[in-house]
Amino acid sequence: MELEEAKEFKERCSQCAAISWGLTDEGKYYCTSCHNVTERSKEVINTEAIPNAKIKTINRGLRRKRKCEKGWDWFVCEGFQHILYQQAEALKALGVGPELKDEVLHNFWKRYLQKSKQAYCKNPIYTSGRKTKVLEDNISHSDWASEPELLSDVNCLSFVESGAESQSDAQTQKSFPLTKASQPESASVCSGSLDGVEYSERKEKGILKMTVPRTLAFCYLSLLWQRETITLSDLLRFVEEDHIPYINAFQHFPEEMKLYGRDKGIFTIESWPDYEEIHKNMIEVATFLDLPRFPDITEACYLHPSVLSMKYLMEVNLPDEMHGLTCQVVKMTGIGEADFLTFDPIAKMAKTVKYDIQAVAVIIVVLKLLFLLDDNLEWSLSDLAEIHNEENKQDKPWFDFRKWYQVMKKTVDEKKQKWEETRAKYMWKSEKPLYHSYIDRPVVYKRREMVVNLQKQFSALVDSTPTVEKKSPSSFQFNWTKEDADKTCFHGHSLQGILIKKGQSLITKNSLYWLSTQKFCKSYCKHVTTYEESNFSLSYQFVLNLFSFLLRIKTSLLHEEVSLIEKKLFKKKYSETKQKSSRSRKVRRH
Amino acid sequence: MSDFSEEVTKPISEDDQVETSVLTGTGMYFPWLQKHLETVVTGGKKKKDFAQTTSACLNFIQEALLKHQWQQAAEYMHSYLQILEDSDSYKRQAAPEVIWRLGSEILFYHPKSNVETFSTFADRMKNIGVLNYLKISLQHALYLLHHGLLEDANRNLSQAETWRYGEKSSSQEILINLVQAYKGLLQYYTWSKKKTELSKLDEDDYAYSTATQNMLSESWKTSVNICALIKTPGVWDPFVKSYVEMLEFCGDQDEARKILTNYAYDEKFPSNPNAHIYLYNFLKREKAPRAKLLNVLKILYQIVPSHKLMLEFHMLLKKSEKEEHRKLGLEVLFGVLDFAGCTKNITAWKYLAKYLRQLLMENHLVWVQEEWNSRKNWWPTFHFSYFWAKSDWKEDTDLACEKAFVAGILLGKGCRYFRYILKQDHQVLRKKIKRMKKSVKKYSIVNPRV
Repeated sequence: MELEEAKEFKERCSQCAAISWGLTDEGKYYCTSCHNVTERSKEVINTEAIPNAKIKTINRGLRRKRKCEKGWDWFVCEGFQHILYQQAEALKALGVGPELKDEVLHNFWKRYLQKSKQAYCKNPIYTSGRKTKVLEDNISHSDWASEPELLSDVNCLSFVESGAESQSDAQTQKSFPLTKASQPESASVCSGSLDGVEYSERKEKGILKMTVPRTLAFCYLSLLWQRETITLSDLLRFVEEDHIPYINAFQHFPEEMKLYGRDKGIFTIESWPDYEEIHKNMIEVATFLDLPRFPDITEACYLHPSVLSMKYLMEVNLPDEMHGLTCQVVKMTGIGEADFLTFDPIAKMAKTVKYDIQAVAVIIVVLKLLFLLDDNLEWSLSDLAEIHNEENKQDKPWFDFRKWYQVMKKTVDEKKQKWEETRAKYMWKSEKPLYHSYIDRPVVYKRREMVVNLQKQFSALVDSTPTVEKKSPSSFQFNWTKEDADKTCFHGHSLQGILIKKGQSLITKNSLYWLSTQKFCKSYCKHVTTYEESNFSLSYQFVLNLFSFLLRIKTSLLHEEVSLIEKKLFKKKYSETKQKSSRSRKVRRH
Repeated sequence: MSDFSEEVTKPISEDDQVETSVLTGTGMYFPWLQKHLETVVTGGKKKKDFAQTTSACLNFIQEALLKHQWQQAAEYMHSYLQILEDSDSYKRQAAPEVIWRLGSEILFYHPKSNVETFSTFADRMKNIGVLNYLKISLQHALYLLHHGLLEDANRNLSQAETWRYGEKSSSQEILINLVQAYKGLLQYYTWSKKKTELSKLDEDDYAYSTATQNMLSESWKTSVNICALIKTPGVWDPFVKSYVEMLEFCGDQDEARKILTNYAYDEKFPSNPNAHIYLYNFLKREKAPRAKLLNVLKILYQIVPSHKLMLEFHMLLKKSEKEEHRKLGLEVLFGVLDFAGCTKNITAWKYLAKYLRQLLMENHLVWVQEEWNSRKNWWPTFHFSYFWAKSDWKEDTDLACEKAFVAGILLGKGCRYFRYILKQDHQVLRKKIKRMKKSVKKYSIVNPRV
């Protein structure tokens, strides 16, 4: 490759008079026969050729070496593409079908590049405001002049593959005018990517800029499209557990893709993804991409509340029998309908269901129906269950809320403690540090070296066995099947004693209920309700905390979801209480 | 570690606070205010997880240190070092000192750590954030001293002494002085060792004169090192003490007096009882006139009325011809016995008993009453309760007798303490107690008319 590039240089070597040139890493010519290096460098000769240069695929970039920091020319969007590629590979390794990467994510990304006018369109954004000319015939090569049917397009599968895999397919040839030439390299504002500076300053209306958190939005959209068995909270937990590249994902860029200057602001991330933020991003991305209605979420899908609630019942060690009740609540509230569950970005108010939170909220509602969770009834029911279990040791045991609470409290506290310790030990800084400018570079590298040396010293003091071993990914965080003395498994316990027979059907012994939210907020502050811990019973607080830890979300978010489900479940009561100006807190259940 | 690091950082703590916290006009320090200000700076934005986890990590380290779990602390330290790369430059700059303090503490106690590890760590930390160079050098030297490596410590101090960093070094002048002073202290140590060797030599010996010669040069070097430090306001007890000892040995009494007087009387220096004690002891050695000694002790009396030198003060006052001095003598004794730590000081009680009898014989009843008035509602329970009578008698009969006499004088013969001691039929003390009973009858201030 380098030898080929050096072919234009036709002078004789001053030492051996041969005409056989190669290019050094600095872009200078050297004689291949006597290894004499000239002062002439590639750039100077090549300037006229730049506007005509073709970039074969985006993620390959030009392998032209640059003066200051040797490396490829690359665009910011290539960086994101690389991250998406890594994430897709990681998801594949987690067991997600290969179509997710090759078809869905690939097409979403292509569509994004097109919508944001970065590729696959007539006037890519890189030409705007610049004098560089794009030769018309370059464009006529491609058939992207007319908008392609993106989601059915299978022509350019190789496009998203890494540079090594991709073939230079005539279909995907794309013209990228080089903008780097106009950037003063000595200036303090600089970047390793070609358009890093411009990218970080760009503020165009109607264009959704790519950010690192949005890569996860892309991942989740693809998972949702494929109706995979990974919820958003699972995805984010995998990110936190380092199963999916996210923090310092740029570390795994090819060696030649250099990052510095403005790239630092674009690609470094110092927080774990936040559920609400990614959820919001996901809707924004879907709307921006103008995606059609997603495949229906039916009862056969993992994300359906009936299925998910079963999963979470198992996760928190609640009796299987509760599943019947959760299904009933799902049916009564209508949250199991495909129309309700399916994501449709084109619909007027694009809104997706937070499947995991919703399923958990259903379980909480059921717990409230059964035990009231008023710090009183659940304990007296537990007393009954305890007495019964004492007397009938052979039978299937009755579910004892107190015992469950004790087991869960202990397990969760331990888990939480471990989680906090692991978080505190998390290593945020990448092995290859990013710097703002060349002046910074030696300082940053020296600092890095120092930290590494100090770390070595302290790790020598620690026992050789690392305490933070990487957990293998699992959608379950607890394991209740193991026979353990203080880890009773409640899956097989029965709800007898809480339910009574009435004619043909079973009804709950408890006939009372209280609403998590009496009155919903109707102002423009976006939240529908607030959660003030001290206003609620301890049992309710415990249950909320337990589940919100499980999903790694704020308790207020879960409380809100519980309230919304109750709103659907007690629609009639809500309209009544409105009239009665809600005098009593307790609503009789029908 | 913390023992001496505390000592080192004391004089410079003021500069410290300017850097890392909010210093109010009155010199008060509000740690929470800094936290509050930080959130204002970030504009109410959510703290990054990086910041959250590192501060959680810091908490874990502190907890581990508190529980002496050096292993865990080292583990967390490994992660906490990231803060040196914090993108927040404010935090990054504050980090080296925090890391040094935590790290040195861990390395001081960790079973797998040794002098070598500690020194490597110190050398690394010295060069992160130049401002800490001197402080770390000093603490490193103290660590080496602790491990008995005097020469290494001396080398370290010499290195630190020559450290210069533009304007930064002038702002840290006091630290340089401190470094030099510690070097001086090390020289004092060798000098002192030589002195004890010398005392074993014969004065006519040839070796004697060379040894003295050496010692003189040694003390000259030390004076240069310590001099600068003790001129700056602060508490420099060990330095002053050793410096004065060397000056006295060389016969430079005037310089020694000058230094001690300055150390005690210069208003810029913080109030320091030891400064007055050193001066007093020096003057006593010099056999200075009583008036001079009284002046020094008067100040000490203001600062530490319970000091054991107060009894000497009392004796000096007692011998004085001036009425006011003699009155003060009584005041001082009462003052000493006001303190819980002195309640069993038999000398103080003996002096008080004697002096009370003397004063009452000389008809100074007013003086006694004056002192007694402010104490009569709490001394009885504080000193003269039935409980004390019993336990004092059990522990120390002499003390009990002295106290009983004082109690009798001040509270009258009906007082419980006095009566309890009187009831004890002791073979040896029988005569003494009888005499005591008589005097009490005669002099008790309770019913002087009778």
